[in-house]
Amino acid sequence: MLKSSTKEAVAGYLFLLPNLLGFLVFTLVPVALSLALSLVNWDMLSAPKFVGLANFFSLLGFHSENGSLIPNDPLFWKCVGNTLFLMIIIPIEMMVALLLALAMNQKIKGIKLFRILYFLPTITNGVAICLLWAWLYNYDFGLLNGIIIKLGGFLNISFKGIPWLTSTTWSKPSLMIMGLWIAMGGYNMILFVAALQGVPRELYEAAEIDGADPWHKFWSVTWPMISPTTFFIAIMAVIGGFQGGFMQAYVMTGGGPERSTTTLEYLIYNHLYSWQHVGYAASIAWFVFVIVFIITLFNWRFGGRLVQYNHY
Amino acid sequence: MVYKNILKKTFSYSLLIIGAVTMVLPFAWMISTSLKSYSSVFIFNVNEINWIPNPIYWKNYIDVWKVVPFARFYFNSLLVCITVTLAQVATSALAAYSFSRLRFPGREKVFFSYLATMMIPGSVTMIPVFVLMRMFGWIDSYKALIIPAAFSAYGTFMLRQFFMTIPRDLEDAAKIDGCNYWSIFCKVILPLSKTALATLTVFVALGNWVSFMWPLLVTNSLEKRTLPVGLAYFQEMYQYAQPDWGLLMAGSLITMIPIIVMFIFGQKFFVEGIKLTGLK
Repeated sequence: MLKSSTKEAVAGYLFLLPNLLGFLVFTLVPVALSLALSLVNWDMLSAPKFVGLANFFSLLGFHSENGSLIPNDPLFWKCVGNTLFLMIIIPIEMMVALLLALAMNQKIKGIKLFRILYFLPTITNGVAICLLWAWLYNYDFGLLNGIIIKLGGFLNISFKGIPWLTSTTWSKPSLMIMGLWIAMGGYNMILFVAALQGVPRELYEAAEIDGADPWHKFWSVTWPMISPTTFFIAIMAVIGGFQGGFMQAYVMTGGGPERSTTTLEYLIYNHLYSWQHVGYAASIAWFVFVIVFIITLFNWRFGGRLVQYNHY
Repeated sequence: MVYKNILKKTFSYSLLIIGAVTMVLPFAWMISTSLKSYSSVFIFNVNEINWIPNPIYWKNYIDVWKVVPFARFYFNSLLVCITVTLAQVATSALAAYSFSRLRFPGREKVFFSYLATMMIPGSVTMIPVFVLMRMFGWIDSYKALIIPAAFSAYGTFMLRQFFMTIPRDLEDAAKIDGCNYWSIFCKVILPLSKTALATLTVFVALGNWVSFMWPLLVTNSLEKRTLPVGLAYFQEMYQYAQPDWGLLMAGSLITMIPIIVMFIFGQKFFVEGIKLTGLK
C-alpha cells in the first residue's frame, strides 16, 4: 500500500503528463532551439554554420559610409518603422471602442444583434476579411473609389480614385482604416463594457449629488475607474502590434509597394520560408521577443501604479 | 432628468446604428458581389453602384466548389478544428486538475514555466517547430496541422484558475465515498466546470478555424490545405488578371457561415471568455 501523499504525487504527474509532453516538445525545447538557431546560418539543406552573434550584428548594427551611419540591414529597420507606424491607429481604435461601449452600457433594445454585428469582423477568418478589403480598395472597380468618383460627379469636380493599396503614401493608412474597422467593435469593446459595468453605482450617485454633469462624471468617475482595463487593452494592442500584419501583407499587398507594408512578422516569414534564412528569421523573432518582454516588464512594474486598481 | 435621459438614449442609439452600418456595409457589398457574374462585377463604376445584382447570379456558389477543391478545404478545416479543439481542451483540463488539486514535487516550478512561456511571441517557437516538422517528415500531413496545436499553456492556465474556485468539500465528500482521483475529476470537477470548458472550447475552435500562418507553412499540396490557406491560394490563382471577385466573395462567405452560427449559439461563453482574459 502506497502512502497517500506518494499516490497523490503519482496521480499528479500522470494527469499532467500528456500536456507536459506537448509543452516540452512544442514550446520549451523550441524556445531553446530558437535561441540556438539565431546563432547559426542555415538554409535547411546544407549543414548549419555557427556564426555566433553575427546575425544580431547585421540585424542591429550600423556601419559608416562616406561619413554617415548606415544600418547593416536597412530592410529590417524599414520593417521596424512600418510596424511602429501601423500602431498609430491603436489609440483611435481604443477611443472608438470605448465610445461604443459607453453606448452599449445601457438598457439598449437589440443589444444581442448589435453585438453580433460588431463582432462579425473579429470572428470572420482574416483571409476573407483581407480579400473583402482588397476588393473594396480595388483601384478600378472597388466600392470606395466608386463612391469617391460618384461624389466628385455630384460636386462637379473630377475626383480620381485613390490608389489605396498600390501607392506607398496610401498603403499604410489603408491597412490602418481596415484595422480600425476590425478592432473597434471586437474584444476591446467587450472588455470596456465589462469594465463599465464594474464601476460602482454609488460613485455616480455621489457625483450627481455634487452636481457633476455627464462630462465631469466621465472624467472624474468613469475614466479613472476603468483605467486598469484601458491600460491592459493598450498593452495587449502594442504587444499584438509587434506581431501583426502578416496576413494583410501576404493576402493584400505582398508586403509592398516598395516594402511599405512589410511588418516584422512578414519579414520573419520571408526570411524563414521565401529565402531560407532560418537563423536570421530566428534572430528577428528574438528581437521581437525582447521588445515584448520589456513591455511586459513595464506592465508589471507600472501597471499597478499608473492606474487605479482599488475597486478590484 | 427625463429630458436628459432621452437625449442620452438618442445619442447612444445613433452612435450604435452608425457603427452597425459601418460594420455591415462592407459585408453587404461582399454578398452583393458574390451574386454577380464576372462581367457584371466590373461595369458598375462607369455609371451606377449596383447594390442589388440584376439578374441575381447564384452560379458562383456552385462554381466555387469546382474551381478549387473547396469541399476538400472544408473537410480539412473541420477535421483539424474538431480534433485540435477536443485534444486541447482535454489535455488542458487534465493538467489544470493536476496543477490546481494534486500536490507533487516541482509543481510550482513547472507551473511557473508554463506562465513564463505565455508571453513568448508565436514566431519564436514557430520557427523551430517548423524545423522539427521537417525533421519528423510531417510536412504536408494532418499530423503537422494537429499535433503541435493540441497543447496550450493558456488553456491550462485558464482552466486551472477556474478549478481553484471549486470548493474542496465536494471532493472530500467524494473521497470519503471511495472515489479515486480519476473519478473525482470526471464526476466532480468536470460537471462543475461546464461553463469554463465551453468557453475554452469556443475560444480554441474559433482560434483554430481562422489560423493561417501555421497551416500555410506546413502544407504544400492542395489536398492538405485548410480553408483560410485555400482561400488565399484561390486568390493567388489570378496573379496577373483581375480576379473573379464574385467567386472569391462567394468562397469567403461560405467560410464564414459555420463560425457565425457557432458565435450566435456560443455568444454567452465567448463574451465571458473575453472578460476572463481581461481580469487580473
